[in-house]
Amino acid sequence: MAAVQDHGHSHGHDDHHPTGIMRWITTTNHKDIGTMYLWFSFAMFLVGGTLAMGIRAELYQPGIQILEPELFNQFTTLHGLIMVFGAIMPAFVGFANWQVPMMIGAPDMAFARMNNWSFWLLPVAATLLVVSFFVPGGAAAGGWTFYPPLSTQGGLGVDMMIFAVHILGASSIMGSINIITTILNMRAPGMTMMKMPLFVWTWLITAYLLVLVMPVLAGVVTMLLTDRHFGTSFFNAAGGGDPVLFQHIFWFFGHPEVYIMILPSFGIISEVIPAFSRKPLFGYSSMVYATASIAILSCFVWAHHMFTAGMPVTGQLFFMYATMLIAVPTGVKVFNWTATMWRGSMTFETPMLFSIGFIFLFVIGGFSGVICAIVPIDIQVQDTYYVIAHFHYVLVSGSLFAIFAGIYYWLPKWTGRMYNETLGKWHFWLSMVFFNITFFVQHFLGLAGMPRRIPDYALQFADFNMISSLGAFGFGLTQLFFLYIVINCIRSGEKAPQKPWEGATTLEWTALPTPAPYHSFETPPVVK
Amino acid sequence: MLKKLFIFTIVMFGFGYALVPFYDKFCEVTGINNLLQPDVLTKETQVDTSRWITVELDANTRGLPWQFRPLQSSVRIHPGEPVDVMYEIRNDSDREINGQAIPSYSPRSLEKYLRKFECFCFTKQVLKPNEVRQMPVQFIIEPGIPADINTVTISYTFFELPSGAKAIKDN
Repeated sequence: MAAVQDHGHSHGHDDHHPTGIMRWITTTNHKDIGTMYLWFSFAMFLVGGTLAMGIRAELYQPGIQILEPELFNQFTTLHGLIMVFGAIMPAFVGFANWQVPMMIGAPDMAFARMNNWSFWLLPVAATLLVVSFFVPGGAAAGGWTFYPPLSTQGGLGVDMMIFAVHILGASSIMGSINIITTILNMRAPGMTMMKMPLFVWTWLITAYLLVLVMPVLAGVVTMLLTDRHFGTSFFNAAGGGDPVLFQHIFWFFGHPEVYIMILPSFGIISEVIPAFSRKPLFGYSSMVYATASIAILSCFVWAHHMFTAGMPVTGQLFFMYATMLIAVPTGVKVFNWTATMWRGSMTFETPMLFSIGFIFLFVIGGFSGVICAIVPIDIQVQDTYYVIAHFHYVLVSGSLFAIFAGIYYWLPKWTGRMYNETLGKWHFWLSMVFFNITFFVQHFLGLAGMPRRIPDYALQFADFNMISSLGAFGFGLTQLFFLYIVINCIRSGEKAPQKPWEGATTLEWTALPTPAPYHSFETPPVVK
Repeated sequence: MLKKLFIFTIVMFGFGYALVPFYDKFCEVTGINNLLQPDVLTKETQVDTSRWITVELDANTRGLPWQFRPLQSSVRIHPGEPVDVMYEIRNDSDREINGQAIPSYSPRSLEKYLRKFECFCFTKQVLKPNEVRQMPVQFIIEPGIPADINTVTISYTFFELPSGAKAIKDN
């Protein structure tokens, strides 16, 4: 016994761990789990992307060519669910797993076994979602927001989706409990709250949002389930329920959810921009307060998704002004990023390119968001491609570009090798161009009145749809190229130094070797 | 910390459910979505004899074997004047069925000006096999209704309630 304990205390920065498949199934190491989260989310990104390719292929020309309308609806529904819950959210949890302990000087996450469990729930939920395509009646087809009465009518696929959402919710809640506890209890000596890297701050606030709204989502899908199978009437008008009530509860979750998907990317951008501008972040404390105010405001704006569902004017005005108010802290952030770059010694490596691309395109998405917040305009563009364009500008060129920026930024630390800078730049420019070809024209389609979630459309929309589809195919192929870049980096990249980025200042660069050892910070660093 | 956050999660799950009665109460207090409660006649309303409004009466069933129709398809009324109309339901099946009618108005703004004092939709209706029932609806349309509205539609749809289910509101 004594010998075993002694071994446990003395192995230090040693890479000792089980090998083979059991290493990954039983691991409690935050780096292993982070890696699995990131690969899982990339796999889901390809699945959701394949669905998107199907959607764009069908919309390439007017008429029904490839997907029957029912299957098309399943594609749009599952594309949304898989990208939101399978690709974007797990990717950020993967970042949190890798980076939060290293950035605050902790040896691991607070609850290592729960961490393992919250990851391994994900493949179960993903399997449920994907397999639901092959059950009688097919997958859920009522849109990713699964409004009743459509979602109370569907077949087995809807039940599988509900169960998958339950599991994903449980996984997210456990993940965020873990992150909150780690950040609040395990910071290195001297790392006060206001010295934490901004990525850690944004994740702390995101994790609080998750435990706040994920249970509400679990509640609303449970109501849906009992409405479907156990004779309750929460959303059934005949039994005294109200389908609009579903929309209120769903969006009480759903609006904070969109900030859950963007706040961690604000964090990544706030690490990358100062590193490549070789200046400290401008207005650190105002960034923290802006993040917190976005999170708080996000809980009071949900009904802007429902302006046409029937609402008194007073309600519409309240939600309109509250929504516009969010532009203020978001504006503070954009100003701070710009001011950080101002007169900095900037270089434009791939992470920086993706970050600048993020700022540029996210602001466009933010502006179209403010436009959608205006009630009379929203009533016009409700459920049109304008809304599709808006949320893809904030989710693809927002969240996804920030994920790319973060991956290129930390890949040397994770793998010990540099990615190929030329290929990375190609990836950025191809993504940038194809993204805009795909989604910019959708603004015009939406303003011209093309509704979303339809497999066929009127002839006057044909040209823009063809352009958009061509862009989408290019964007999809570009992401396979990204896969090649990452594999190329892992297998044959040049050895990376401890701190490949001159301007990086956080602990993982200054206090840990490259690649980051399997066990890091068993003795906490002292932060001055 | 784990315990606190876990309890917080459970509380938020409950909060989701608490939103249901909260929503009902909110709608009741603000008078939004007040379709299934009788209105009270507070004061005599002025009858505007200079205007005529046509009220179209519509009846539908969904998923239950009933015949449901208004005895007259439309009535012409003055705003402010109390109106009585009759509907008839007949159970064509050989089992006892609980039904609940849900109203729907067109144009949507009619809801603000319609005052219903009696309606079969305030309670569930139980019909024995082959039973026929005639049911009155008593309402006025307030004179404040915008001048450009000349025709309105009041529509009811009967849905089947699971047997043993209580009426929507026990009032």
